[in-house]
Amino acid sequence: MSMKRRTFLKGTVAAVGVAAAAGLLSPRAVLADWPKAAFDAKSMDDATAAAGLSGFEHSDDIEIKAPDIAENGAVVPISVTSGMKAESISILASANGTPMAATFELGAKAQSFVSVRIKMGKTSDVFAIVKSGGKAYANKKQVKVTIGGCGG
Amino acid sequence: MASIKLKAKSKNGVTSVKALINHPMETGLRKDKKTGEKIPAHFIQEVTCDLNGERVMTAYWGGSVSKNPYVAFNIDGGAKGDAITLAWVDNKGEKDSVEDKVD
Repeated sequence: MSMKRRTFLKGTVAAVGVAAAAGLLSPRAVLADWPKAAFDAKSMDDATAAAGLSGFEHSDDIEIKAPDIAENGAVVPISVTSGMKAESISILASANGTPMAATFELGAKAQSFVSVRIKMGKTSDVFAIVKSGGKAYANKKQVKVTIGGCGG
Repeated sequence: MASIKLKAKSKNGVTSVKALINHPMETGLRKDKKTGEKIPAHFIQEVTCDLNGERVMTAYWGGSVSKNPYVAFNIDGGAKGDAITLAWVDNKGEKDSVEDKVD
């Protein structure tokens, strides 16, 4: 079993290597793009700066759907919709140890909408930051958490 | 290893994509209650979606996306029978992908 898996992995890695060399994979498809600094950042300021989203302006044209009270902080459903053409949508929970939860880079055909479930350690604002036309816009919504989702 | 449940539906010129992925999404901060040792981080870092071979969405996730992640988004265009692919890679280099047709 493990031998087969090894062989399989080797084959896959080789195939990906060849594809990358042939320019079939865009640089975005390579994991080195994962914005580590943004996800490791321990404050909203550091996270937004690392993600190139600092200095965002408030916008009412971003709608955040999230529960007012989350009984279980381990699973907080968040939906973000905007009337702007979003290049990316980032979701951050300001009081989490590492606020950055997710960044969605949206292609030309993707609508300005994403839905995802995140963990929240305690009551805080959830920020949705939309990048549109090279500028960052944000809105926030408070979610009260009765049981945190980041501990044991 | 089928870790992904993917549903893509085309309606009124919009394709809605919904996916459910089986993954522990460990932050690396949680402790094992019996041993008191930290459970190592194990979470999906990147999710990509292609429609007919064209990249429509790349998501970067941290450990604060919930266990067994759910993700939904919409694509302008797309028709019944179009090829849709969803793939993920986690911080340990594990990966999975699924290819389906738009309903």
